[in-house]
Amino acid sequence: MSITVYVPCDSGAIALGADRIAAAIAQQAEQRGLAITLVRNGSRGLYWLEPMVEVATAQGRMAYGPVQAGDVASLFAADFLNGGDHGLSLGLTEALDYLQRQQRLTFARVGITDPVSLDDYLAHDGYKGLNNAISMIQADIVKAVTDSGLRGRGGAAFPTGIKWNTVLNTPSEQKYIICNADEGDSGTFSDRMVMEGDPFVLIEGMTIAGLAVGATVGYIYLRVEYPHAHKALNAAIDKAYAAGYLGDDILGSGKAFHVEVRLGAGAYVCGEETSLMESLEGKRGLVRFKPPLPAVQGLFGKPTVVNNVISLASVPIILDKGGDYYRDFGMGRSRGTLPLQLAGNLKHTGLIEVAFGLSLRELLYGFGGGSASGRPIKAVQVGGPLGAYLPESQFDTPLDYEAFAALWAVLGHGGVVAFDDTVDMAAMARYGMEFCAIESCGKCTPCRIGATRGYELMDEIMQGKDIDKNILLLRSLCDTLLNGSLCALGGMTPYPVLSALNHFPEDFGVKPQAAV
Amino acid sequence: MTEASGTQPVVHDIIARLKDKPGALLPVLHGIQDALGYIPADSVPSIARELNLSRAEVHGVISFYHYFRQTPPGKHTIHVCRAESCQAMGASQLEAHVKATLGIDFHETTADGQYSLEAVYCLGLCACSPAVQIDHDLYGRVSPGTFDRIINELEPSA
Repeated sequence: MSITVYVPCDSGAIALGADRIAAAIAQQAEQRGLAITLVRNGSRGLYWLEPMVEVATAQGRMAYGPVQAGDVASLFAADFLNGGDHGLSLGLTEALDYLQRQQRLTFARVGITDPVSLDDYLAHDGYKGLNNAISMIQADIVKAVTDSGLRGRGGAAFPTGIKWNTVLNTPSEQKYIICNADEGDSGTFSDRMVMEGDPFVLIEGMTIAGLAVGATVGYIYLRVEYPHAHKALNAAIDKAYAAGYLGDDILGSGKAFHVEVRLGAGAYVCGEETSLMESLEGKRGLVRFKPPLPAVQGLFGKPTVVNNVISLASVPIILDKGGDYYRDFGMGRSRGTLPLQLAGNLKHTGLIEVAFGLSLRELLYGFGGGSASGRPIKAVQVGGPLGAYLPESQFDTPLDYEAFAALWAVLGHGGVVAFDDTVDMAAMARYGMEFCAIESCGKCTPCRIGATRGYELMDEIMQGKDIDKNILLLRSLCDTLLNGSLCALGGMTPYPVLSALNHFPEDFGVKPQAAV
Repeated sequence: MTEASGTQPVVHDIIARLKDKPGALLPVLHGIQDALGYIPADSVPSIARELNLSRAEVHGVISFYHYFRQTPPGKHTIHVCRAESCQAMGASQLEAHVKATLGIDFHETTADGQYSLEAVYCLGLCACSPAVQIDHDLYGRVSPGTFDRIINELEPSA
């Protein structure tokens, strides 16, 4: 009987050699005359163990990792196809502590199924949400999402149901669903993992959104840096069309929904929803003034839902199990689960989906295992390049939108990047300004000019020139950026800059007591 | 006939195939860059005419997006991630090593036309930092030593 072997096709695993491992396993099996079925699954998200190979045994899936090409022959020699013991044995995948302690709702299938197999998707509860939604009236679909408490996972945390409701109640002969898959925030990769590891869940979520608000066309605006996600999405879209899950008559309901992937072109600002729509319309990605809101006048001037990948990928389970089921996870006004991404200088980097409320410290040490370098963790940037740096004294903060806001920090898209004590926070503040200058769309003056003045100021500060005067100027500049920018790029660049200055003044050549 | 004008049939095919999509300009530009490696200056008038745009508008879009190139790339294009997670794991040292090894800065191509070097702000490989992309291949946890090995394994061009 053929034994199933899983080698991830996730680009993180591929970057660590998964394609070579898959080829070596296939070759060894053939040489030894062993029948195997090689499945390229998504990643389980335990990146320090990637490439992580799994084998289906009678006891369950057994994991081995991190596997290098040179290990493959010895894995066969150790009879890993029957769960044999090897130096890289990790035991049963499901029993791994890192996975056991998670609550995977949105990521329920990622790493388990063959991402581009519709049969596999259906066998693992796929399209149950759509099957429910198809017979519901539109307002009830929107209500289920509103009741779930789901808030936009892209970073802004706006209630998804309220956005949908606005589009539903704005009459128009054409409406659009846009999936914002321009995951430009550094330190984040959960969108990528879903698109590579379970693309059908995103397509299903978009289809439900289309039914809910009366939109017949959906665009996935995908960043060009994600070629593997592009391939997986297109393969899944083709299969969904062929099986009647997309098209002019979804599942015989007479309702239409079409999805197309559009590629960005390396502009960070196009993750901002109005800039994204300009880009989709074939223009420079300049930010638009709001109002009008995209929900009223969005893509091509029509009412448009713009949601992040994780928001849309969380919709199928809400329609499958009900808004209450999802809402019962979490704390305060942060309901459900958040896929967190542990990155940077940590031993155990990876994807952790948990209910809101876990503390940053538990995340960094309980899951992350502390720094990779073995040195103390000095600062953690949460929420992408526009997120604040948190010092050790703030590590007990619970992961909750409001708790972070109270510290003048953001949860954003859930990226967590740790730095050890070798980091120079003045250099990071300079980088924050430089990044803003490189990526500014140029429409508003505070961002276009302020960011450049910002890193010039940081250059002077780092050279020890007129530190007190320059820091005053830096604070004043940040005030202008915060209050005068058109979008979050200029408006939030002061978060990393000022948090670095406030928490680590000594790196700026300022005596700690002088900081305000 | 100049080399660039030899690209015209390719450009026209791509425009004809994609121009009726809503918001066709980015798909057209991607199509051209996928086929030719860059967007030749002499394709701009054709794009503008077929999409009913001004040449300035087309140029404005090409120059807005970091990904679109207006000059041919080297045989291999190397993208080094400069974002925070990679910095936390030594990307600045890697960046310095890559620049010194190739003898070029970002947005430059080596004199022998072998390598183009570009910065990238996140490849989504933050859990295996620092990350590098060379042509279509991704590499995680890249040290200066592994970078040298990867470069040595790339076939020298004819």
